[in-house]
This record gives sequence, C-alpha cells and structure tokens, in this order.
Amino acid sequence: MAVQADPAIEVQPEELRRADRFYDWVTTVDHKRIGILYIITSFAFFLIGGLEALFIRLQLAFPNGRVLGPETFNQFFTMHGVTMIFFAIMPVLIGFGNYFVPLMIGARDMAFPRLNALSYWLFLFGGLLLYYSFVAGGAPDTGWFNYPPLNLRGFFSPGVGVDYWSIGLLVSGIGSILGAVNMIVTILALRTDGLTLTRLPLFVWMLFVTSLLIIWAFPPATAAIVMLLADRHLGSGFFNPAVGGDPILYQHLFWFLGHPEVYIMILPAFGIISEVIPVFSRKPIFGYPFVAGSTIAIGFLSMTVWAHHMFAVGMGPILNALFSAASMLIAVPTGVKIFNWIATMWGGTLRFNVPLLFAVGFIANFIAGGLTGVMVAVVPVDWQVTDTYFVVAHLHYVLFGGSMLGIFAGVYYWFPKMSGRMLSETLGKWHFWLTMAGFTLTFLPMHFLGLVGMPRRIYTYGPESGWGPINFVETVGALILTVSLLVFLWNIVRSARRGEPAGPDPWDAWTLEWATSSPPAPHNFDLVPPVRSRRPLWDLKHPDDPDWQRRH
Amino acid sequence: MSHGTPAHATVPARPGRTSIFAFDGMNHHILAMWTFISSEVFFFGALIGVFIVYRGSIGAGPAPGEVLDVLRTAIFTVFLLASSVTVGLAGARLHHGDQTGFKLWLVVTLVLGAIFLVGQVTEYAALYGEGLTLSHSLFFASFYLLTGFHGLHVFSGLIALAILTGLALAGDFRGGRDTALESIALYWHFVDVVWIVVFSVVYLWSLFG
Repeated sequence: MAVQADPAIEVQPEELRRADRFYDWVTTVDHKRIGILYIITSFAFFLIGGLEALFIRLQLAFPNGRVLGPETFNQFFTMHGVTMIFFAIMPVLIGFGNYFVPLMIGARDMAFPRLNALSYWLFLFGGLLLYYSFVAGGAPDTGWFNYPPLNLRGFFSPGVGVDYWSIGLLVSGIGSILGAVNMIVTILALRTDGLTLTRLPLFVWMLFVTSLLIIWAFPPATAAIVMLLADRHLGSGFFNPAVGGDPILYQHLFWFLGHPEVYIMILPAFGIISEVIPVFSRKPIFGYPFVAGSTIAIGFLSMTVWAHHMFAVGMGPILNALFSAASMLIAVPTGVKIFNWIATMWGGTLRFNVPLLFAVGFIANFIAGGLTGVMVAVVPVDWQVTDTYFVVAHLHYVLFGGSMLGIFAGVYYWFPKMSGRMLSETLGKWHFWLTMAGFTLTFLPMHFLGLVGMPRRIYTYGPESGWGPINFVETVGALILTVSLLVFLWNIVRSARRGEPAGPDPWDAWTLEWATSSPPAPHNFDLVPPVRSRRPLWDLKHPDDPDWQRRH
Repeated sequence: MSHGTPAHATVPARPGRTSIFAFDGMNHHILAMWTFISSEVFFFGALIGVFIVYRGSIGAGPAPGEVLDVLRTAIFTVFLLASSVTVGLAGARLHHGDQTGFKLWLVVTLVLGAIFLVGQVTEYAALYGEGLTLSHSLFFASFYLLTGFHGLHVFSGLIALAILTGLALAGDFRGGRDTALESIALYWHFVDVVWIVVFSVVYLWSLFG
C-alpha cells in the first residue's frame, strides 16, 4: 500500500505543441527532467565512445591493420577515454543521482534547481566543445590524460586538439563542481523528518561522498589545465622542460583528480548495487554501518593514492612505498563492501530479475578488476605492466565490468519508476548474457597480452609478435558487445512505448522513491511517508513488523 | 493510514533533540557557500603549491625580494581587509533596519575592493614594463598565476557586491532578509583570508630570500 500522488494535481494539456514540449525540456529546472537529460546525453556520448572503441578493435583485429591510420588511431583512443570517463560514466551516474536523491530523501527537488540546470548545460557544452575538435583541425591525440611535454605546442602538439580537450574539460568540470555543491546541500539540508544520516539510503550516501570527492579533487586539475593553456598560448613554462618546467608537476596535479575520478565513477554504482541487492534478496543490507562507513574510508583514502599512476616516473623508493601501501589499504574498505553484499544475498530469497543479474555480474567482475588493481599497487609489478594491456584490462574490468554493469542494473531497476513501464525481462536477460560474454571475451585476454608485453596505445603490431590471434578474439568480443548494446537500445525504445505498466512499486521495494506514482508528479510527493527506519516503505507495508521495532 | 509529512523544501526545526547533522538552522545558501569555499581551498592550495615549487626558479632575472614592492602591496592589502570590515558593518546596519547605513557601507566596500584591484593591476603594469612577464621565468609565471587568480576572485566578488548594491538601491532588502548579503559576505571574507595567505607566501617570504 503505497502513497500515491494525485495525477489530477499535475496539469496535462491534451495537446502540447511540439515546440512547447521542446521548450519545456530546454528550460526545465525539474530534477527529474534534468536527470533524464543527463542520462540520455550520457548514453549518446557512450555510444560515440563505443564506436571509437569499436574502430580501435577493428584496427587491432589483425596485424598491420589498415582500418585507421596512426594519427586517427591516436585521436580515437584519446577521445574514447575522455568521452567514457567524463561524458558517459560520470554524468550518467550524476543523472541517476539527480533523479533519485531528492525522491529518496522525500524532497521536492534539489536545493538549487536553476544551478542544477546550469550544471547540465555546462556538461553538454563541454562535450560539444571537445567533439568540435574533430572538425576544427583534429581531435586531441595525446591520450586521455594528455601529458606534457607531448601536449605542448613547441613539442609535438601544434594543433588545436589539446586546446579543445582543455576547454571542454574546464567547462564541464565547472558544471561538475556546481552540481556537486548542489548535491551536498540537498542531502544535508532537505531530508524529510526522521531521515537521519544513519537512515539514509546507501545510494544517497554514495552520492554524498562522491560529491565531496568532486568538489575537492577537481580544482587542482582545473589549475593544471589553466597552466597548460598558459604554456601553450601565453609563453609560460610550467611544464616545459626546456625552460626548467616540470612535466611531473602536471602528472601530480592531474592525478590528484584522476584517481578520485575513478572512485567518483564507482561509488554511485556501489550505491545502485546496495539498493538492488537487498530488494532482490528480500533482505535488508547486511552491515549497513560498515557499508556507509567504508564509503567514507574509501573517499578519504582515494585522495591519498594518486601517485600510484606515476610509479614509473622515478619518484624514489620512499614515495613509491607510501603510495603503494595506501593503494593496497584502499582494498580493505572495498572488500568490506563486497562481503556485505554477498552476506546480504546469503540466506535471502533471491529473485533473479535482470537488476540482480547485473548486480551479481558487477560483483564478479569488480572482484577481478579489484584484484588486478592490488597487483599493480605492488611497485615492481607495476613497473613491468604499466602502459601495457594489463592496465587496459584492469581499468575496463572495474569501469565496464564494474561501473557499467552497475549502471545497467540501475536502468533496469529504475526505468519503471522513470517511465511508468517495465523493461522486457527477456530482452534484458539477452542483454545481460551477451554483455557478460562479449565483455569477458574482449577484456579477459588483455591481461595475458599485457603480461607478454603488448603495449597500450599502439596502432598496430607485426605478425611476428604473436599477438594476432588474441587480438582477433578480443575484437569478436567487441562485436558481441555491440550486439548486446543494440539489444539494450531496442529494449528501451520498445518498452518506453509498449512496456507493461509498472505502477508505483513494481519490485516491492523499501525506499521513498517507490512511494509515489511512476513517473512521479512534478512535485514528487503529496505526502511523504513517515521515516522511522532505513526502510520506510517496509514499515508502511508491514505495520505489524516494522524495522524500528527490530534491532536494526 | 496514509498520514505523512507534507513535502516541503525545508525541514522545519523540531523541538527537543536536534542533531547538528540535521542542518536545520543553517540556511541553504550559506551551506552552499561554505561547500563552494571548501572547493576553492583546494584550488588555491594547488596554486600556492605551484608557487612554492617554482619560487626559486628565477632564471636570469631578479630575485623576488629585489623586485616586489612589499610595502606598497601591504598598503593595498589594508584596503582589502578594510573592505571585509565594511561588508560586516553593512550587515549589522541591515539587521538594525538602517537601510541608509547598509547601502552606504556596501558602496564603501565596493570602493575599497576596487582600490585593491587597481593596486594589483598597476603593479602588474609596472612589472610588465620592466619586462617581467609571464614568460620571463617560472617564478613570475607562478606569481601571475596565483595573484592573478586571486584578483579574478576579487573581481567576481566585486561584481556580486555591485549586484547586491543595485538590488539594495532598488529596495530589495527592505524586508530585512539578508541571505544574499550573508553568503556574498562569506565569500568576500574567504577572498580576504586567501589574500592573507598569498601575501605572506609571496611578499612577506620574499623579504627573507
């Protein structure tokens, strides 16, 4: 028995002219619409980044490939990285945060709705600026982290690609910081009565820590980008070794953002998993305080490990050792989470709907990716495998096998709430298994390739290397992934029009977003259910056995 | 059984135990400004770090102690610090319902802040006149980066204060609501604190080599 918003309160003119509807979306300050804008825009960038990856895989499928020339190849792997990290994964998670955090805390909107809209438009225009480079003289081609002196004009980058990288990230980075400020104030100040921080849904906890990471980690990278632009256009020499500048300074400033960035990309996905697993195991999350507490630990530690991306630059044994130790330490709170998720499922009544399939796939892949992460935290191992396909394997296991699967879980879980319709379970299962097959075929062999010495970012290789067969298999995997995405897109498009009506609470879930209609009315709630525990809807549906009478 | 709390944008203050983590009393805009300020701490931290790294890289050029006019900048610093006092006075006047005093102190704040900026710009002009540009040495590149970004923040603050002044003159503050003033004043105080650190690291330190 869920509290429903009265549909009559939302005024729906029978026929909205197309232009009015477009205008409404362009000028919206409603967190739900902004969330959808973020999600759809991110998926568009994801598809573009995916095409870039597909071309990379086609070029590498055979020795001496001729699909892409070397200059184009460099642009493609650079843009693939920048796109996926800053314009696909991070913003889609922010989009889900935008949509669901206010609902989960019983609020009417974010704290600053207009600032929210500004953040979205800065994200979009940053991305458009970045992609304009393709037609303005060439996309950036220096790798997604864009190191000097390779990226300095006097050295190897006289073109404008690096400049578009810089301003694209500056613009969207400011959007990210503003959005994070908004999220922090929303979570701290707009919680409904009774919703103490210890009763916060874990997805909200994760967005909170993620937002803290964003506001603290982005600024030094902002400084680095400005310094880079100054080097390229104002004659300064911050990173120019020819005048005494230090390229390693750039690396420190960049990775100070770069490392927290990967936790920014994984924590919200952890949050989605932490919502999905309890609902589909029909058990409250095991060890809530540890999941929340370990999030804070991960957030803090993630700001202390950045130089593990720099083990090969010669920082010396003391710094290497310190960063290595910290990097291994961060595996502990992460492991705590994994134990908690598994313990939640243990003894539960598992409902293997598609969200749970993706959640379990997430756990399996993330364990693998996390383990290779601990491996490269060991300095001598890193010296061997850095800049090889071993690292490419590691990062794709945590970012695709991890974050992306978490995002898919979120889509299948929350699509009914956002659209009022269920996604097809059959198509979803096809999507899942094709994803697991394609993903594993593409990225598992990369571990081996890296160990036998294939460097990353090379545009081709000779047949005598022996790397051909494995690369071919990986490209087949990429093609399977392409098919899986087509299945997913078909599921979305078809279900948006003809999916089964979902109702307010199709999964029999426990958090506040399910206490209103699907989709929610513009004002979200007529009445917010009382919150006396972590599962307010369980309490509402089971007045004989509420959580706040148990020892939770 | 569908009783519940009407959804509203602010959580009302509850009697009895209220955790400080409820953030009931703190205005959203002030909270947002503190959050933003914490972000800016990391930004200026990075710039100060860069300055310290390159402080000794003077190339062939003059040492900082030889070319930075500490006394002159100290005088302009007094103007900036005074503007923090005057913006506080403006707030006090607003609380007392003294619209005239409030507007007056706002204008004084603007003037004092503008004087600081003029001092900064003329200092840059003098240095540039001697050929001590961004490309002259890494010391100067870092100097302009750090003081320049601080100056940009002062400039942004002046724009915000000017908007506030315009709104005040249009009578927007007659109701006594002061959130806008409080949050901009908080930003302005932060810009001051940053300058105290920058002045110490860049100018005062140059006196010691």
